[in-house]
Amino acid sequence: MTSLTHARPEQYRPPHHGRTQMRFGIVVFPGTWSDRDCYYAIKDILGQDVSYVWHKETDLSQYDCIVLPGGFSYGDYLRPGAIARFSPVMAAVEEFAFRGKAVIGICNGFQILCESGLLPGALLRNDHLEYRCQWTHLRVENELTPFTSSLQKGQVLKIPISHYDGRYYADEATLKDLEANKQIVFRYATPNGKVTPASNPNGSLNNIAGITNRQKNVLGMMPHPERACEPLLGSSDGNIIWESIIASIQGNAR
Amino acid sequence: MPVSKETLDSIALSEKEYQLIVKRLGREPNEVELGMFGALWSEHCGYKHSKALLKQFFSRARRVLVAPGEENAGVVDIGDGLVIVMKIESHNHPSAIEPFQGAATGVGGIVRDIFTMGARPIALMNSLRFGPLSNPRNRYLFHGVVGGIAAYGNCLGIPNVGGEIFSADCYSDNPLVNAFCLGIARRENLVRSRAHGEGNLLMLVGADTGRDGLHGASGLASRTFDEDTELRSAVQVGNPFLEKLLIEACLELATTDWIVGMQDLGAAGLTSACVESAARGNGGIDIDVLKVPRREKGMTPYEVMLSESQERMLIIVKKEYEAQVKALFDRWELRSDIIGRITGDGIARVREGEKVVAEVPIGLLTSPPIYRRRIKAPPWIDELQNISLHSIPDISPRKANRILLTLLASPNIASKHSVYRQYDHQVGNNTVVLPGNDAAVLRIKGTKKALSLTTDGNARYCYLNPYLGGVIAVAEAARNLVCSGARPLAITDCLNFGNPEKDEVYYQMKECIAGMARTCRELRVPIISGNVSLYNETRGRAIYPTPVVAMVGVIEDVEKHCTAGFKHEGDYVYLLGCTQAIDTSIGGSEYLQVVHGMIKGSPYIDLKLEKRLQNCCLEAIRRGIIKSAHDCSEGGLAVALAESCLLGNLGFTSFEPDFEGRLDAALFGEAQSRIIVSVSPEHAWRLEKLADRMEVGALRLGVVSGSRLTIKGIVDLSLRELGKAWWNGLTNFFD
Repeated sequence: MTSLTHARPEQYRPPHHGRTQMRFGIVVFPGTWSDRDCYYAIKDILGQDVSYVWHKETDLSQYDCIVLPGGFSYGDYLRPGAIARFSPVMAAVEEFAFRGKAVIGICNGFQILCESGLLPGALLRNDHLEYRCQWTHLRVENELTPFTSSLQKGQVLKIPISHYDGRYYADEATLKDLEANKQIVFRYATPNGKVTPASNPNGSLNNIAGITNRQKNVLGMMPHPERACEPLLGSSDGNIIWESIIASIQGNAR
Repeated sequence: MPVSKETLDSIALSEKEYQLIVKRLGREPNEVELGMFGALWSEHCGYKHSKALLKQFFSRARRVLVAPGEENAGVVDIGDGLVIVMKIESHNHPSAIEPFQGAATGVGGIVRDIFTMGARPIALMNSLRFGPLSNPRNRYLFHGVVGGIAAYGNCLGIPNVGGEIFSADCYSDNPLVNAFCLGIARRENLVRSRAHGEGNLLMLVGADTGRDGLHGASGLASRTFDEDTELRSAVQVGNPFLEKLLIEACLELATTDWIVGMQDLGAAGLTSACVESAARGNGGIDIDVLKVPRREKGMTPYEVMLSESQERMLIIVKKEYEAQVKALFDRWELRSDIIGRITGDGIARVREGEKVVAEVPIGLLTSPPIYRRRIKAPPWIDELQNISLHSIPDISPRKANRILLTLLASPNIASKHSVYRQYDHQVGNNTVVLPGNDAAVLRIKGTKKALSLTTDGNARYCYLNPYLGGVIAVAEAARNLVCSGARPLAITDCLNFGNPEKDEVYYQMKECIAGMARTCRELRVPIISGNVSLYNETRGRAIYPTPVVAMVGVIEDVEKHCTAGFKHEGDYVYLLGCTQAIDTSIGGSEYLQVVHGMIKGSPYIDLKLEKRLQNCCLEAIRRGIIKSAHDCSEGGLAVALAESCLLGNLGFTSFEPDFEGRLDAALFGEAQSRIIVSVSPEHAWRLEKLADRMEVGALRLGVVSGSRLTIKGIVDLSLRELGKAWWNGLTNFFD
């Protein structure tokens, strides 16, 4: 069984230099709750090296990939992600991303990335104004990113969502840009991969479920890949996203 | 000090009880002391009317580590060095006044009860009762309650995996909101709420104390009320973010040896937290109210002691570790203040600076009078149970389709997916069976085991026959767990009744509890914690007697769990258990109410058969004989078959039916002890042999096939038609 509490800072292990494993850092803000699930998926399922990163840390140099997990950072008061983006760790995340390293924001993490300007657009309250927790199907739109390198274009992933504010919005020019630069990575679709209004669970523009920045090293997605990590839980499709990250970064390092 | 009747009314103490306080104390209590007595002698904290009855409950078993009343929640050992901690609690009155915050803080309160003990909360459930949803006020309450549960629970990152929603006239203006929480801990990390060790420190952590929630325990939860809006200030406002920080910080603290105990602040605030933990630890306490951080100026000691501001914890800190504990809370950005210390004199002493404002022996505060009464059955209950079947016309086969669709769309039967999709039910990466089945299943990481959870309680049965209603509440909860492949382990119960000072309500309570107690003994499932909510009346009208049973069971091998939906074309479908038609089984049924507008008759159950059925079904699942199992409950056989079809997205075709007796009873009667299972044809003989050996009826009903539900010559509907009624039955009220 995984630990019932967060590891305390003094229990963090030194960085791993063998390069057989990647080192993931999972940022913990006050109010974050997907941190433990991400830890489980990356460590227990995929066997990678992973640590929690307290929101006050400013040095991320020991990590290969930073995960901004889901939750309600700072209670989502004011606006989801609006307070978290001012956390000390976020300046370090910006620098980390600027150096071209991989950053993945899931759910609340996506919201924080948009608030901090690392990703364009915004996530508004779901069009039906309710919280929504359900399975969704995502069609892979761009397989040429570090997060999708082990996937095929058009492949469909079964991954659940869980959010109040997941309706992706951007102005027309930004949307055009996103499409032109192939920054849209996942779209909500039917199990057969058809992008339809009925398969859109929250009213996101163009059925957008996940996007990257222009350089493709920062991904934000509303669905929770860490929850789709075992067949027993209904799907293990989320693992392919983590495996893609591992393959891309280890490939680069070689 | 002469006290007026108004003062006593405001804290829900009777004249007699006041005299008792004066006699035991040897003097008149002052205002603060009287407030403390009012809170701790309230029904909510003191169980004056229910304690004598609750003694019947069976709660001693080797695996039970903490039994009812000993701590904030019950604890059961599940092996592998792990324990589960669980409790259910009502937040009915606050939710009637302010549904969103009332329900939200209900979740907050029950979650604190769990992590107070050092256990990580891993699942929530809610048992809800509303008036008819055709009424806009009831829809407003429904919407507010569901929204409040979602807002609070989702923010905490605890999956909400199930519960029930039931509506009936009697809950108009008096909805029931019962919140359940399950936690898991390593056995060595369990924390008790015992204040002991002279000189140890009382540390208050979390939110500042405000004037919100004064008289919650005595005013709201312990008397009936007619003008609900006047008490709005007695409802608290929740801050789930703060609670989330408290969870993480307190669980971290639980792994240290810096503290002797933890206690959350719930009903009656500081008063009950301090006094109850001191009573458990046989200590005394000395508190200075000036040290309590406040939200507003000018609060009196009375207000500080009785405030029910949410998200506060009392930590009993070993005196040498004050700095370490404070640093831990600082890291989580939580405020912590030392407000007093443990003494050895057994007295609750409250000071305002140097001035002593209350000084009462703790033993007096925690020993309210216990009321026992002898009551006969009210005369109207015979009339109610007496059902003359010939006055109710049986249905003709050609009406069966329409009635089945009507029942599937009835809010008590229709799918609750529009509610549970608003709750995060997957966070934690443990939920194997999502809400919408007979029971939710959560695996336990690092082991092969899984936990199965359900809540149950058919109040209509309890109204018609309180004793058998109590029996069925427990039996059905166990049956739901068994359908998932779990062995029932323990119960936490929430007993919702009207005003116990009325004879008929006391009778209902006594009978329900007796029925539950007997079934718990019979099925060997101990009750390990619970809550009593009385005075659920508005304008003199009581709710149905509504015991809610939340039960948790263990599946030894999670791979062998079972669900309700049909799995494969060609599988045989069997009815296990009570296979003969019983005409009187339409008594108390959803069918009788929805189609004939009648609430009459009496439920019936044969506990011996029930026990054999549950053993048989469990064995069949363990041996991998059956592929699906679904409890046959509200709406009867036809509804259960339709649900198994819809959940599996597969049709069903019956063999030639040979129904004896009434058709409506055969299709929609609610005879107990029935489970619908499916089995592959090659294993059918194994099922029949097992059932025969265990003396359980096994009737082969038909075959899983196609995309229609067909009961030859009677019912023939497509899955589409069935699905439209069942999936949309509840949402139709809100469009």
